[in-house]
Order: sequence, then structure tokens, then C-alpha cells
Amino acid sequence: MKYVEEFRDAGLARGVAARIAAEADPGRSYRLMEFCGGHTHAIFRYGVQDLLPDSVRMIHGPGCPVCVLPIGRLEMAIDLARRPEVILCSYGDMLRVPASRKMTLLRARAEGADVRMVGSVDDALRLAQAHPDREVVFFAIGFETTTPPTAVALRRAEALGLANFSVLCNHVLTPAAITNILEAPAIRQMERVEIDGFLGPAHVSVVIGSQPYEFFAEEFGKPVVIAGFEPLDVMQSILMLVRQINEGRAEVENQYTRAVGRHGNAAAKALVAEVFELRRSFEWRGLGTVPYSALRLRARFARFDAEARFGLVQSDPPENRACACPQILRGAARPTDCALFGRQCTPQTPLGSCMVSDEGACAAYYRYGRRARGTEAPA
Amino acid sequence: MSGAPAPSGVVEMRHGAGGRDMTDLIAALFLSAFGGTGQEDQATLDLPPGRVALSTDGFVISPLFFPGGDIGTLAVNGTVNDIAMGGARPLALTAGFVLEEGFALADLARIARSMGQAARAAGVRIVAGDTKVVERGKGDGVFITTAGIGVVRDGACLSACNARPGDAVLVSGSMGDHGVAVMATRAGFDFETEVVSDCAALHDLAGALLDAAPGCRLMRDPTRGGLAAVLNEIAQASRVGIALHEARVPVRPGVRGACELLGLDPLYVANEGKLVAVLPAAEAEAGLAALHAHPLGREAAIVGEVRDDPDRFVEMETLLGGRRIVDWIAGEQLPRIC
Repeated sequence: MKYVEEFRDAGLARGVAARIAAEADPGRSYRLMEFCGGHTHAIFRYGVQDLLPDSVRMIHGPGCPVCVLPIGRLEMAIDLARRPEVILCSYGDMLRVPASRKMTLLRARAEGADVRMVGSVDDALRLAQAHPDREVVFFAIGFETTTPPTAVALRRAEALGLANFSVLCNHVLTPAAITNILEAPAIRQMERVEIDGFLGPAHVSVVIGSQPYEFFAEEFGKPVVIAGFEPLDVMQSILMLVRQINEGRAEVENQYTRAVGRHGNAAAKALVAEVFELRRSFEWRGLGTVPYSALRLRARFARFDAEARFGLVQSDPPENRACACPQILRGAARPTDCALFGRQCTPQTPLGSCMVSDEGACAAYYRYGRRARGTEAPA
Repeated sequence: MSGAPAPSGVVEMRHGAGGRDMTDLIAALFLSAFGGTGQEDQATLDLPPGRVALSTDGFVISPLFFPGGDIGTLAVNGTVNDIAMGGARPLALTAGFVLEEGFALADLARIARSMGQAARAAGVRIVAGDTKVVERGKGDGVFITTAGIGVVRDGACLSACNARPGDAVLVSGSMGDHGVAVMATRAGFDFETEVVSDCAALHDLAGALLDAAPGCRLMRDPTRGGLAAVLNEIAQASRVGIALHEARVPVRPGVRGACELLGLDPLYVANEGKLVAVLPAAEAEAGLAALHAHPLGREAAIVGEVRDDPDRFVEMETLLGGRRIVDWIAGEQLPRIC
């Protein structure tokens, strides 16, 4: 495929790998967090870790929207889906995330709920137009990438005067989560995670630009390199981080210049600001309550807000205490450190959020990296 | 079939009630498409000598019609291929239909014609059948179950347990065509692609492969779960590992593009006209040449090899030169969010 294959070229990858190996100081360690699930996916899918020297370790961050959605929010969606008048629309990999008692949207569908998998929020709008007698609810999740399309849909619903469309809004914000990881007292004191640098989000940064990360570089002295999602993007960005660390710099650099500018997409940001406002706080699975880390609908769009429309209240069901997802999402533990990993918790029977989505660190570890490093590679 | 006017109307409960309406429907739609008289409750067959291969498969698919085929071609080729993967020549099929009240008879006629054409192309006869009608809302248009019988060629002894370290793993062509063609037409996935289903009968291709590589250990058609599922089944059954090379796995640009867009992996996407074969290394090149010489195997490739591995992993060298485990799929493959 034109334009993508070039970013997966084995010869170029070997070249970048050789540069990383030559420049990384074997006497120190480079602990680099990729925030985004998209990067985690690319790293495992292409075996990027195999091409890195032992001194460079990737830590898989909380940037998987499915993984960080708290069970209480998912249960709101499941309860809603069970109402006979409701058609609940969701993105694909949300459907099999387990809530309490292993209930999932897929299982609710099997039990009679009308749950539809959609490829975009537009599909949900079309369903609302096609079924005026039903309540169509779009289960909106995702970071800054998926937020503008939801905003567009809400404006269209307003323009069309759709009376049977609403949004259960769970859109969350990347910078707030990164701040939380760096600031959380638990991390500073009890389970101190040394993160030496960040691979900055790709698609998220297309929307918000590189400017919001300048705060981390300055305030926490951590280098950030905004990286594309292709494996060569990831490798080049790792090289850029290694260079910054070696040179004692902590700057925001942009590897993904073909898509990201400093100020992002002004039109998308304006649209989001028009439709959404900040929540004072929002619960993240794994991170706990994070202030100003999520969005809700503005008063002008209140009639499209499923939480108000259906009087939904978020419950607070307990997580499995043995599950190490909270530590894993903060980079304080590896999936293989968890007592449940690969035993009770597998992609077939996921207990923790990180095992659910392909982008989750545990699922990626299980699927792509179970074999200990150092064993024989395919000939 | 031959110039018969397309029937009008829809399936009604009377069509499954056992009376004249049912007999008329069978004669008008099925017998005209399949051949035969439909006068007996069973088919009697004279089988050539040899071991008999027997298989059955149910077909439920949405949409019923898709680029490159329909549920009828799938129902014939799917069972033909299950027989053929055992090294057998398929001879005859049976077909059972569950029809939903209200299903358009014109669509049913189209499906029956597809089945007749696919059967003739595969050189098998549809020798027995059954029709039931369920109330509206209790089916999804039409469900078809076919069963097939064939005779295993002399000397062939194929089994998923037969793979040995050092063997070569071949695929007969590009992966993921069928699954992407179907997904592209499915309601809710609003995108266009030029990919058509690869739905085809594989017995002739399989026969050519066995002629050229008589030591063939096993063949499988990678349908649901794709290449990844078949390779894991082989690794488990034969207690071996498999090393796969991503750069050698043929995937069409359209399939690759659709998978990128939806966040799917072509290794897990279904095929309906491809086979996977494990051959002794010494016969790999001869087998590959035989596949290449056949119209259905032009894009065949040696994609990996069997090796010792107590973990029985299917492990892939990625395009980039790294490694990853190609595991069984958990549940359905669902599109990723970002």
C-alpha cells in the first residue's frame, strides 16, 4: 500500500536500530513511556522491542480509551442498552469489555439488548433518523482524536432537530492524564516510576498540536517526542529521545511533522470548545480520579446528553484487587508482574482493563510477546 | 436456471407444510437448479473403491449476497473444500434449507442457481435436500446446511497431526479477500472496496498439489479465524511450533487498506478459496510450482516452516524484522477505536 509500506521497511528499521544501539549508553537505562495504545499496538505488532538494545525499555502508558474507562461508566451503558426503547451504539472493541459479573455489551446483546457496533458516530446519527420511534444513544469514548467527530454529530443533531439522539459522553483528555502520571503521590513515593521520556501521541496531537506538551518538558524536565504510529516513526522517535536524554535536554520535539503542527487543528479545537466543557473530575480505570481530565456536553446541548436525559448515575463497582492494571497503566509494573496475567486473565477471559483491547498492554504482551526475550527468532 | 421465469412472491408458511405448495417450490426452484427428480427420500450412490470422506457445514451469513459470491456458492464450495482438504475427490452433496417466512422467492431462486452452478463447476451433484420454513423473525432470510461425501485418493493420509519440524508451510494465494469483501458490504461498515470474495472450490488445486507433492502432510482451508487459526490448530495437533514470515504472506493492497482502516489483522480474516499446506521441505518447491501452475494458485507462496517448540507457538518475523506471537483470536475480531 502506497505511503504506509515505506514506514515499515526492514532495511530502514535496521539502520535506525543500529543508530539507537550506537548512541544509547549501555551503562544507563532509558525508560520511555509510549502514552498511546496505538504506539503499544505498533510496538508489539512489528516486534519493535526486538530491535532495541537492552538499555532501552518501553513502558506502556494509559492511552487506550477502552482500557481506562471505569466499570461504572460501562455499567451505565449496559443499563441503558437494556431499556427496550434504546438502541445503544458503540465502537467495536468496547463491546467485549467486562463490567461486574463478567457482563459485557456483547452479552447484554445476546440477552436481548439492542446494541449496535458502528464504525463512526455518523452511523449512529443515521440510525436515529431511520428509527424515529427508538432512542438512539451513542456511547462516546476516546481521547482528543474521537472527540471532534462527536462534536460534529451533536451539531448536526441540533440542526436536524433530532429528538431521539443522545450521547453518553466519556471523552477524556491526554495532557491531564500525563500530568497525573507524573504527579501522582503514589508514584512519587511508594512505587516510584522513573520515566526518562515520553513518546507523544500521534493522532491526538494532530488535533491538539505539540504545544500542550511543552508544560511537561519544562515542569517535569522530561523530553517528549511526538511520534507517528508506524513502526519506523516509533523507532526514529526513540532515537530522538535517546539523543535528548544523552544531551541532557528536555524539549518537545515533533517526529510526526507530516501531520502535526504546534497548534494542531484550530477548526477541530473550536468545534470541541463549542460543544463540550471540562468536567471538574473524572474517574480513570487504573489512575483513579483525575481533575479536569474529561469532557461533558455544554448546557446548549443538554437535551442530547444521555446522562441527563435518562437520569443516569455512575455506580462504583469494585475492581479485582489482585489485578495490577492500575500499576501497569502508570508504568509501575509490567504485565508479567501481575499474578493474574496469563492464568485467570487472558484475552479470552479478561479480568483487567489492560487485557481487553488489542491496545492494552496486557493483551499486547499476551498476544505478541509471551515468549521470554532472548529465545530463538524465526530463521 | 435455463430461462425459467424468476418466481415472484415470498416464502410463506405453506411452502414448508409438506403439501403440494412445497413440492411445487422444490420443483420450481431447487430441482431446476440442481437437476434430479426429487422423487425419493434418499439418494443412493455407487462409490468408487477407497476410504470415504464425509463432512457437514452450516452457512449463516449477512449479507446473503456479496461481491464474488453468495450464501449458495459458499454452501457448495465450503463443503467441497472440507472434503478436498482430506485429499478426497468430492462426489455428492446434500443441502438443507431453513427459510424465513417473507423471504423473496426471487432471491431464493438466485441462491439455488448459484448452488447449481457451483456444484457443476466442482463436478459434484446435489443429490438430496430438505426444506423447512420458520415464522417471520425466527430466521435471517435463509440458512443452508450442506453435507458432502467424497473418496480419498490412494495413498493420501493427511492429518493436522502430521506436521514435522523442518516441513514447509505454503498458502495458495492472498489472505483475507473473503472476509473483507463481506465486511465491506455489511450494514454499519460504510466503505467501498474493489475486493471480491475468493470463494472457490479447491479440490482441483488440492489434487494438483498432491500429484506434485505426494508426501504432503496436511491441507487446511483457512476460513473463519484466518491463517492464524489454522496455523495454531496445526501447531497444537502436531505438537510443534511454526515460524511465519510476514513479508512472504500474500495480501492484496485492497485488503491491506481495508484492514488498516478498520484496525483488523489480515492473518485473522476469513478466506473461502485458499488452502494452507504443510509439505516436507524436499517437496516444497515442486508443490509450489504445482500451485503456481493452477489458476487458483498463481499467488501461492512458502510462508513459513515447522520447527521444534515445546510451547507450540506460531511466531512471526514481522515486516520490520522483529518478532511476535500470532495467537488464536479471542472472540470476534472487532475494529479498534483509534
